[in-house]
Amino acid sequence: MSIDTAPQAGTSARPDPIKAVPVRHPGRWVAVGVIAVLVAMFVNSLFTNPNWDWGFQLSNAFSAPVLRGVWVTIWLTIAAMVMGVLLGIVLSIMRLSPNPVLSSAAWLYIWVFRGTPVLVQLVIWAQLGSLYRNISLGVPFGPAWFSFETRNLIPNVGAALLGLGLNEAAYMSEIIRAGILSVDEGQSEAASALSLSRMQTLRRIVLPQAMRVVVPPTGNETISMLKTTSLVAYVPYYELFFQTQAIGSRTFQVFPMLITASLWYLAMTSVLMVGQYYIERYYARGSVRTLPLTPIQRLRVRLTKAELR
Amino acid sequence: MTGPMVKAEQVHKWFGRTEVLKGIDLEVAPREVMCIVGPSGSGKSTFLRCINHLEQIDSGRLSVDGELVGYREHGGKLYEMRDKEVATQRRDIGMVFQQFNLFPHMTAIQNIMEAPIRAKGENKTVVRDRAQALLDRVGLGERGKAYPSQLSGGQQQRVAIARALCMQPKLMLFDEPTSALDPELVGEVLDVMRQLALDGMTMIVVTHEMGFAREVGDSLVFMDDGVVVEAGLPREVLVNPQHTRTKAFLSKVL
Repeated sequence: MSIDTAPQAGTSARPDPIKAVPVRHPGRWVAVGVIAVLVAMFVNSLFTNPNWDWGFQLSNAFSAPVLRGVWVTIWLTIAAMVMGVLLGIVLSIMRLSPNPVLSSAAWLYIWVFRGTPVLVQLVIWAQLGSLYRNISLGVPFGPAWFSFETRNLIPNVGAALLGLGLNEAAYMSEIIRAGILSVDEGQSEAASALSLSRMQTLRRIVLPQAMRVVVPPTGNETISMLKTTSLVAYVPYYELFFQTQAIGSRTFQVFPMLITASLWYLAMTSVLMVGQYYIERYYARGSVRTLPLTPIQRLRVRLTKAELR
Repeated sequence: MTGPMVKAEQVHKWFGRTEVLKGIDLEVAPREVMCIVGPSGSGKSTFLRCINHLEQIDSGRLSVDGELVGYREHGGKLYEMRDKEVATQRRDIGMVFQQFNLFPHMTAIQNIMEAPIRAKGENKTVVRDRAQALLDRVGLGERGKAYPSQLSGGQQQRVAIARALCMQPKLMLFDEPTSALDPELVGEVLDVMRQLALDGMTMIVVTHEMGFAREVGDSLVFMDDGVVVEAGLPREVLVNPQHTRTKAFLSKVL
C-alpha cells in the first residue's frame, strides 16, 4: 500500500470550484429600502427647512469667539487627561500597594470622585470659596505662613481643571489597575529574578504590557472627556459650548449654534478616533506576529496593484 | 575558599497550613550540576524558588556562596533584607522558568540587555556585545531583533537562558525548563544546558528529563512530599534506587 499525498509536479492545477446558487437575502433589501427613504427625507429637510440656517452657522462657526472656545476645549481635554492619567497611575499603584493605609486612601478617593456627578464637582470647585474662605500654608493646626483667598487661588479655569482632572483620575486609576493586574505574574517574577527593582519592574516591564489593556479604554475616556468639557460652561468658563450658546442667545439663533457646536465636537472626536487607532497599533507590537495594515497602507497596496494591472 | 555554592539546612516552608518543604538538607558544590526530580507537588520547584528568594523560607538556613538568602546576620541576630539588598543578591543567581517569561514587548536582544543595563548599570555597548555573543552561543545569533512571539518555544527558552547568563551569574537555576516545550524542541534547549555544564557553571535543574540527569548531572536528588528521599550519583539512584518511593516514581517515568 502506498499513500501519496504530495501533489505531483505539473498536476497541481486547482480543482473546479463548487457551482451553487447562493442564498438570497430579501430581508436585507427591504431594510436597505426603508433606510434609504429615511435618509433621503432627512437630507431633503437639511436643504428645505430654513431653521437649520446654514448660512448663519457658517458665518459663525469660524468666528473668533468660537475658535477660542474650540481651543479652550482642546487644551482642557489634554490637560485634564494628562492630570487624570498621571494621578491615576499614582492611585492605581497605591491601590495595589501592600500598605493598607495607602490602598484604603486610594479606595476612598475613588469612591468619592466616582460616586458624585462631575457637574456637581465642577461647581463645588468653582464655589469652594464659600466653604473655605481662605487657604493657608503653614504648620498643621498651628500658625500659617501664607494665606490666600480661595477665590483668587482657584480661578474659574482652575476649577474647571480640578473638577475634570480629579474626577478623571478616579476612572483612570481603575483602568490602569485592571491593566496592571492583566499582566502575567511570571513577568514580575522574571524581572525580580533578574534583579530589577520594584519600580524598574513596574516602569519597564509591567506598565508597557498593561498599556495594551489600558489604551483602548483611555481613548474612550479621552473622547468622553472632550465632550464632558462642555459641562465647564456651568463653572462658567468660555469653552466651545459656552461660546456657541453665548452667540446663540445673543442673536436668538439658539438652535443653529447647537448644531455648530455638535459639528465641532464631532470633528474633534473623529480626529481622536484616528489617533487612537494608531496608538493601539503601536502597543500591539510583540503580541501579534504581523501588524495589520493601516487604512493608508491598504490604500497604497491597492493603488500599486491597480498600476500593475 | 571553596565552600559549597548552595547550602540548605533544615529548610521548611509552609503555604498557609500546608507544609511544602519539610526540612531540606542539601549541598551543591561549585561547578556541580544537580538535578532534582520528583512527582509534581513534591516541593522541588518551591525549593528552587527559595534559593533566589522568590519564596521566603519559614525556618532553617539557606545560603548561596556563603551568604544567607534574604537575611543579614549580625551578632547572632537575623535582619530581614531590604528589597534592594535582595536584588543585589539575585545578581549572582540566574533563573530559567518553565514558561520562559520573556518580556513580550521587547526583542530578543532587548530582553537580554535589560537587566545588566538597568540593574547593574553596565555600559550599553559592552552589554550589547555580550548579549550578541550569548545569542550566538545559544544558536540564535541572527534572531536578536525578533520578538518572543516570532520565536518557537525552544528558541524562546534559549533566549531566556541567554538573558539569565548576561547577568554573569555564579549559579543557574532551571525550573522545569523543557516541560512547556513540544517534544521535538526539547533537545535544542538541553544541548545549550549541556554546553553550559561543560563550561563549568554551577546548576540546579528541576527536570523530568531523566536522560539529561543521567548524562549531565553530577548528582541527582529525588524529592517527594517536601523531603529529600534519596540523593546520590545519578547513575546509582536511577539504576539502583534504595527507597520504595523512588522505585515507584522511576518505574512510572523511565
